[in-house]
Amino acid sequence: MTILKLNNVSITFGGLKAVSNIDMTVEKGQIVGIIGPNGAGKTTLFNLLTGMYAPTSGEILLYKDNPIKLNGLKPYKITGHGIARTFQNIRLFRDMTVLDNVKIGFHSRTKCGFLSSVIRLPSYYDEEKRVREDAEELLKMLNLDNKKHEFAKNLSYGEQRRLEIARALASEPSILLLDEPAAGMNPNETIELTHLITWIRDKFNLTIILIEHDMKLVMGICNKVYVLNYGNLIAGGTPDEVQNDPQVIEAYIGSESA
Amino acid sequence: MKVINRKTIMLAVVILAIYAVVEMMIGQGIIDSYVELNIVLIGINIILAVGLNLVTGFTGQFSLGHAAFMAVGAYVSAIVTAKFGQPFIVAITLSALAASLAGVIIGIPTLRLKGDYLAIATLGFGEIIRIMALNIDYIGGASGFNDIPKMTNWTWVYFMVVASIVVIKNFINSRGGRACISISQDETAAEAMGVNTTKYKILAFVIGAFFAGISGALYANYFYFIKPDSFGYMKSIDILVIVVFGGMGSIAGSVVGAVVLSLISLFLQSIPELRMVIYAVILFMIMVYRPQGLLGKEDFRFKFLKKRVV
Repeated sequence: MTILKLNNVSITFGGLKAVSNIDMTVEKGQIVGIIGPNGAGKTTLFNLLTGMYAPTSGEILLYKDNPIKLNGLKPYKITGHGIARTFQNIRLFRDMTVLDNVKIGFHSRTKCGFLSSVIRLPSYYDEEKRVREDAEELLKMLNLDNKKHEFAKNLSYGEQRRLEIARALASEPSILLLDEPAAGMNPNETIELTHLITWIRDKFNLTIILIEHDMKLVMGICNKVYVLNYGNLIAGGTPDEVQNDPQVIEAYIGSESA
Repeated sequence: MKVINRKTIMLAVVILAIYAVVEMMIGQGIIDSYVELNIVLIGINIILAVGLNLVTGFTGQFSLGHAAFMAVGAYVSAIVTAKFGQPFIVAITLSALAASLAGVIIGIPTLRLKGDYLAIATLGFGEIIRIMALNIDYIGGASGFNDIPKMTNWTWVYFMVVASIVVIKNFINSRGGRACISISQDETAAEAMGVNTTKYKILAFVIGAFFAGISGALYANYFYFIKPDSFGYMKSIDILVIVVFGGMGSIAGSVVGAVVLSLISLFLQSIPELRMVIYAVILFMIMVYRPQGLLGKEDFRFKFLKKRVV
C-alpha cells in the first residue's frame, strides 16, 4: 500500500535547481534509503517532505484514509499529519532535560490549553501524567531512561542521536525521516543503530525513510533505495539493482573515460 | 486526581500569612508611607519583569518595548477611573485587556523577525506609543494626566504580584510553556516537533503584555499623575536589566532581581553623586562574574514545604 507519493517535485533557489522532477513512491512499512554524493539534494528533499521548504512545482501526497496534499503546509501541520524527522546536525533542545525533550515531541498529540494549564484543571493533571508516562516508556525503549533528568547537551553523541529518534517517535508518526542517523558513529554503534531502526519500524508500525552514507547500513536494511545526483533521481530500486546500475557507479566513482 | 494537595494548601497559607503580616504592619504604622511606596514600586517591577521574562527569558524573543504595554495599561486605567469614575477592578481588567490587544497588534507583524531586528521593531513600537500619548490632548499630552484617584494599595499590589507569578509559573510548567521554551532553544526543531511557533510566540507576548497592563494600572492609580516620558525606552531597559540580572528563564530570578535592584538604588540615594556609578559597577560585576544572572535558571520549587508536611 502506498503511503507517500511524490509527483514531479522540484524546488529552485534562484537559478539553482536543488531538486528537480522527482517521482517517488513509498510503500507502507518499508525502509527506504536515499543516497547520493554530498550536495545531491537529499536533505533538501527531506525539507520538502517536512514543510520547511515548499516545492516550486509538483505535489507531495500522503495517503492516510484520504490522500492529503502536503505541499505548502507548515511544518507543524505536517508533523500533525504524522511525519516526524531527525536532523543531520543534531537539533535537540540542549538546555532542556532529556525527559522534557521527549515531552515536546508529544505536543501535536496533546491539547491542554492555556486556561486549563493556568488554573490547573483535572484535565491538565491527567494529560501531564499520561505524557510523562509515555515519555518515560519511550526513553526506556531507547535505553535512555537512566539519563532522563540530564540536560540534552550533556549526553554523548550516540545518546543524542537516540534521543532525537525518541523525540520524533513521541509525535506518533506514521512516517519517520532519519537524516544521516549513523553519521559520526563507530562501526559497533552503527550495527546497534541498524538493529534499532528495524526494531522501531516493527514496534511502532512505521515507514522509515533515511538518508545515509554508510552503504553497509543502507544496503543491509533498506527495502528500496533511491539515488540522487545533482538534484536528479538517477536510480531507484532494490539495493541489488541500484548497486549494479551503471549511472550510480558513475556518480560515485566516476566513469571509465574520465 | 488530587487537584488540591497539601503542598498547594501550605503555599496558600504562606502567601496569605505574608499578606496579613504586612497589612497589619501598615495598619500599625510600622511600615510608613515611604517604605510602602517602595514596596509598591518593587511589586510593579516584579510584575513587569516576570512578564518580560516569559517573552525574553523563556520564549527567547528579545523585546525592548515592554514599557509601552505598561503605558497602555496606565492610561486606560487613568481614563476609566478619573474620567468615568469606575471602580478599580474594572480599570485593571480593561487595562490588562487593552495591553493584551496591543500585544496582539504589535506581535503579529513583529514576531516574524528575529534577534536584533525584533529588538529594534519593539523599540520602535514603544516610541510610537509614547509619542501617541504625547500628542493626544484628551489624556493630557506632554503635560501628563493629572488627578488620577489613588486606588492602589498593598492588597492590590500583593495579589497582582502573586497572580502574575502563579499564572506564568503554571503556564511555563505546561504543554504551552514547554513549547515556548523549545522555541527559544531551537525554533526549527520546535516547529518540526509540531509546535505552532507563531502562535506560541504571540501567546507569550500577549501574556507579558497583559501583566504589563496590570502593572501600568497599579502605577497610575498610586501616583496620581502619569506622563508619557515615564514609559519611554529607558523604562523598558530597566525592566530588561531586572530580567537579565535575576536570570533569564527564572521567575524567582525576576522577583529577586526586582527586589535587589530596587534596594540597591534605594540605599544609594544617600550618595546621589555616585549613585549611577555604583549601580553600573554592580551590574557590570554581576554580568562578568555571573553572566547567567543571580539565580541562573534556578526557580521556585517549594520543596521545603513538601518536606515539612510529608
